Amino acid sequence: MRTYFSLNSHHVSMSACSIHEITILPGHDKHGNPEQFDRIVIRPGDTISIVGPTGSGKTAFINDIEVFAQNDTATGRTILVNGEIPAEEFIRDPSKKPIALITQNTKCLADMTVEAFLAMHVRARRITEPDIVPETIELANQFTGEQIHKNCRITSLSGGQTRSLMVADAILISNAPLILLDEVENAGIFRERVIEVLKEHCKSVIFVTHDPLVSLLSERRIVMKQGGVEKILMPEGREVHIRDMVTRLDLTLCRFRERIRAGELLTEQGFPV
Amino acid sequence: MKLLIIAGPPSAGKTAVTRQIIRHFTGTKKIAFLKIDVVRAFEDEELRQEFGIPAKKIYSGDLCPDHTGIMVLQDAIDWAESLGSDIFIVESAGLCLRCSPYVTQSLGIVVLSAVSGMNSPLKMGPMIALADVAVITKTDLVSQSEKEVFREKTKEVAPSIDIIETNAIQGTGLRYLMRSIEALPDIADRKSIMLRGVPPLGVCTICVGKREIGWQNHFGVIRKLDHADDLFRGD
Repeated sequence: MRTYFSLNSHHVSMSACSIHEITILPGHDKHGNPEQFDRIVIRPGDTISIVGPTGSGKTAFINDIEVFAQNDTATGRTILVNGEIPAEEFIRDPSKKPIALITQNTKCLADMTVEAFLAMHVRARRITEPDIVPETIELANQFTGEQIHKNCRITSLSGGQTRSLMVADAILISNAPLILLDEVENAGIFRERVIEVLKEHCKSVIFVTHDPLVSLLSERRIVMKQGGVEKILMPEGREVHIRDMVTRLDLTLCRFRERIRAGELLTEQGFPV
Repeated sequence: MKLLIIAGPPSAGKTAVTRQIIRHFTGTKKIAFLKIDVVRAFEDEELRQEFGIPAKKIYSGDLCPDHTGIMVLQDAIDWAESLGSDIFIVESAGLCLRCSPYVTQSLGIVVLSAVSGMNSPLKMGPMIALADVAVITKTDLVSQSEKEVFREKTKEVAPSIDIIETNAIQGTGLRYLMRSIEALPDIADRKSIMLRGVPPLGVCTICVGKREIGWQNHFGVIRKLDHADDLFRGD
């Protein structure tokens, strides 16, 4: 929280400034049974994972947040901003919506250079900050092992580079206070670093995930079942041993991946890190 | 009876949006549907089968489809009213983008696809400028950046248009479209319904079947490559 204004104050938009809390009020599951929670409150810097089998309602949950449901979606949930029913303009005008959603289907289609692509977005948002484009590329490069150059064409970036760029863009240029990431773990980005940076910038993030590392790095885990929230887990340090083990396993796998890429035979030791 | 005119380029998701509208109002409102297309269309059969609503189509064939739409609209309104419809949805063919099929006393909905390229709103002119609502579909498929740029370009064409971003297959975010439809007044006087904009000049020798290329081979309203702007002069 402390870093919020020091790191990011120069391009915090009005809407970002004014949101300090998003609240989810319960609806019902697919069979109409009411959800068993009182309220879920999301504050800047929070990391939350949504887990559960396919069809359990994970994506519907983040869609409710994205559209600011007012007991008018299939789940009957209600979303409050700063404890109140959100102002009409938040819902009505998508450019005021304080949420960025990146899904597994999200693509960059524009055949432009990275620099031109970001500059175009900067213009559309009427941002005057002169260094924001190089800053965004620099941030994206913290999320991926494959260097992104400003003259790379967007369409030739790898999956991991694209996701890294989209996350950096959502943080700095869209400057959305709440970022929803729907199953982006397979794209080969440094998930730990992403979570760290999101915290530094005081962004809240909700991951829809099947990834053990992302789940273990989140402070809260929302478990979905039959379209409703089944329970909310707060590990509060009880998973720390497993988390450290999974972090090491993940690092091991990352290194193996890099060595396979580099054309090596993995005959020597190197397990675990 | 409320009148909805839905336009937009091919494959933008007009019928997906229509389906969401019908689904939303099923049970509370009686809906009739007309599809205008050029050679083939299946929407009427699909919607009739899926929702059991009265649905019709008309083929324009050699005629411009928006021209056809204008010609038949008065009859079509009579047809929908004779069935006691509460909402009448007219879906255009979605072709040359130069025409704008919206009329007074209706809700004009333009359906645009976020994957169609960020400059595409700028190329459409009156199809966007004269609409009340722009429904931007497939926003789940493009980056936040492209979504925001597409939105800004749409606003550049029509600064006061209502923009609704959606994945029309899922129907996310369409609540405001439904609210606009609920708030839409019924047709007050169907004899006085007018086109909102003037269509482009279309009475020409190409329209009547002359196939030669080059202005030298045509008469009426002609245009050369150079030394002509948007002003057309008869020869």
